[in-house]
Amino acid sequence: MASEPLAPHGPSHGHAAHHPELAHQFDSMDQQKESSTLAMWVFLVTEIMFFGVLFLAYTLYRTQYPEAFLLASNSLNVLMGGINTAVLIGSSLTMVLAIWAAQVNWRKGIVIFLLATMALGTTFLVIKGFEYRDKFVEHHVPGPTFHFEVEHPSPHLQAIAARDPQLEKHASIYFSLYFIMTGIHALHMIIGLGILAVLAVLSWKGKYDSEYHNPLEMTGLYWHFVDIIWIFLFPLLYLLGAHAR
Amino acid sequence: MNTTATVPVTTTAETAFKRPNYLNAAYGVRSWLLTRDHKRIAILYLISVTAFFALGSLFALLIRLELLTPEGDLFQPDTYNRLFTMHGVVMVFFFLIPAIPAVLGNFLVPLMIGAKDLALPKLNLASWYVYNIGGIFTLWAIVHGGVDTGWTFYTPFSTHYSNTYVISTALGIFITGFSSIFTALNFIVTIHRMRAPGLTWFRLPLFIWSTYATSLIIVLGTPVIAITILLVAAERVFHLGIFDPTLGGDPVLFQHLFWFYSHPAVYIMILPAMGVESELIAAFARKKVVGYKVVAFASVAIAVLGFLVWGHHMFVAGESIYAATIFSVLSMLVAIPSAVKVFNWTATLYRGSISYQTPMLYALGFIGLFTLGGLTGVMVATLGFDVHVHDTYFIVAHFHYIMVGGTIMGYLGGLHYWWPKISGKLYPVFLSKIAALLVFVGFNLTFFPQFILGYLGMPRRYWSYPPEFQVLNVLSTAGASILGLGYILPLCYFIWSMRYGQDSGDNPWGAVGLEWDTTSPPPTENFYTMPVVTHGPYEYNREEVHNRMSQEGTIG
Repeated sequence: MASEPLAPHGPSHGHAAHHPELAHQFDSMDQQKESSTLAMWVFLVTEIMFFGVLFLAYTLYRTQYPEAFLLASNSLNVLMGGINTAVLIGSSLTMVLAIWAAQVNWRKGIVIFLLATMALGTTFLVIKGFEYRDKFVEHHVPGPTFHFEVEHPSPHLQAIAARDPQLEKHASIYFSLYFIMTGIHALHMIIGLGILAVLAVLSWKGKYDSEYHNPLEMTGLYWHFVDIIWIFLFPLLYLLGAHAR
Repeated sequence: MNTTATVPVTTTAETAFKRPNYLNAAYGVRSWLLTRDHKRIAILYLISVTAFFALGSLFALLIRLELLTPEGDLFQPDTYNRLFTMHGVVMVFFFLIPAIPAVLGNFLVPLMIGAKDLALPKLNLASWYVYNIGGIFTLWAIVHGGVDTGWTFYTPFSTHYSNTYVISTALGIFITGFSSIFTALNFIVTIHRMRAPGLTWFRLPLFIWSTYATSLIIVLGTPVIAITILLVAAERVFHLGIFDPTLGGDPVLFQHLFWFYSHPAVYIMILPAMGVESELIAAFARKKVVGYKVVAFASVAIAVLGFLVWGHHMFVAGESIYAATIFSVLSMLVAIPSAVKVFNWTATLYRGSISYQTPMLYALGFIGLFTLGGLTGVMVATLGFDVHVHDTYFIVAHFHYIMVGGTIMGYLGGLHYWWPKISGKLYPVFLSKIAALLVFVGFNLTFFPQFILGYLGMPRRYWSYPPEFQVLNVLSTAGASILGLGYILPLCYFIWSMRYGQDSGDNPWGAVGLEWDTTSPPPTENFYTMPVVTHGPYEYNREEVHNRMSQEGTIG
């Protein structure tokens, strides 16, 4: 980090002996940690605003087209979504355990738990991939080939469907939101997996210990945030029509 | 980073550069492109932003040439649509929003708070690269024929009907948004965590307060435009229905989301200029800014209120009359903190020891132009009047008074004020005063006639107009030429001064403020000894400052 060229006879670092991970612009490890924590939280605020637009659009159209949203929601695979929810919560646990391992100086443990987090994250994406495939097969992807009709129509569901004469168009809005929201969420997971891979290598090299493991904690915050987004997405997208099944 | 750190030998008579500073700390392209020094990154931004400003100005020039005559004779109407769109896109997203924060803010924030650098130097450098990548996407669209949606990208035209390069431009704006976010995030963290010992919040310069308020807006607003513009691109590619009325989507939702960012974006542009203004007025009136705390909180108030007024862009877009009334009232509230600032600057001038240096000319011009822009802002916030002048040149003139009269005056004033700090050199005094005068006169001649044109009913975004509007349009085009000259002059003499300019000394204005407590240009780590702050930012009446002024205040 101290590769900034210093001017001749220029200012020198005031600290004779400091932690090798202390960046030149900071005075202490505490200041560095506080700064990166604040930066991460501010970044998460931007993420909330980013996803917030999608949740707003969702709320708006669900209020406008409740029947289409209910019936389209019923076409999702609740079992797969449920398993994914459990997988993701599990990955948050292993993420926390990786930080714990760092705090107790168990370096091998950091690598183990990071790899476990990556395995669970990958599991999530694989299951999500199968769900996407089903949607492609069923022509539930918005666009020219989009087609939607009520599956296993009970009289009750048919009555709901009859209330919206433009059911198919409005269902297409639901699926647009479904693919954008889960797609951007998945993109966040992929980015997270990339960061975790780098951290796993660095942990393997023994870079993190109880004194310094900022990147682990910051990545943990990010990973939990992505987890929480899913916690909101799952009921809003999958469980809307559960009572009318 | 691979160059030697020996003292360079200058061939000219000027020897100030023998002192170690951030400019001579390392040489070579790599030492610039891989730098993490906030001062060098500010210079990189200065170059990029100036290039985009030149491009945006070129489009403005072509627009004004077309409007010289009532007939649409110079360009096809389609071409004209692209010209004003690209003028808006380039100026708003690639100049006005990054200009003061990324150039002056990057350079000054660590210096003003007594820090060695921003909290996240790598992110800072990354933001410059991200900005340029976004710029390349937009340039690609421009080179291939441009966009014709207007800088507002209104749906469903942008999503379904426009046959131009909407996707590439949208991606460019999306990407560049991240550079704003990175910069703002960096400022927030730095201002919170990196202040020198003793530098409490109420000892911060007002430029820092307004930069902080700006950063809050950027952090909260930019993600909204990012996802919105991404949805426009996705809707074009995948035929989603979110903004498509034929599928039950709502095109007005786009307008809400767009203005939720793009109205606060106006404050992203003007707040930093207000911060510069406070510094200039204090420095050249030799006085504390009157009502420091009120001015500081006015910045925060503008940031907060700025998020509650977006609906005033949609008075004729099918908004409910109740919503429109509330937005109208809230919009007028913004005038209160804005007026507080103007009154306090004016009160600061009262019985000040005023010197009419070049930066001060810009500062005084700012007060006048911003007041006019702000007062017409109250006019167009009035529901009934807005319906009358909506989409006319009155609106064009109003927001140019804020964006050009406010932001660019602040930006140029700031550049002239801190240029000795940035380069260690002086620019020609007389020439720079002439340039400031040209900018002021040229600006008013360009845009004041547009108020009248708009009030008389000339709509914006048309490439021809009835012959009776020609006199005012000719005046406007003539003003634009003078304005252009006023912009070219500083570009020339700033570049000239880097090589041939007189050495400025450390503090040519005899100004106070932490940034003047170090050498000019500053060393890489900003300060030789870390400063300890014991007083507020504008202590011009203290005795030691008087002494220093008489020793160091070499100009005027």
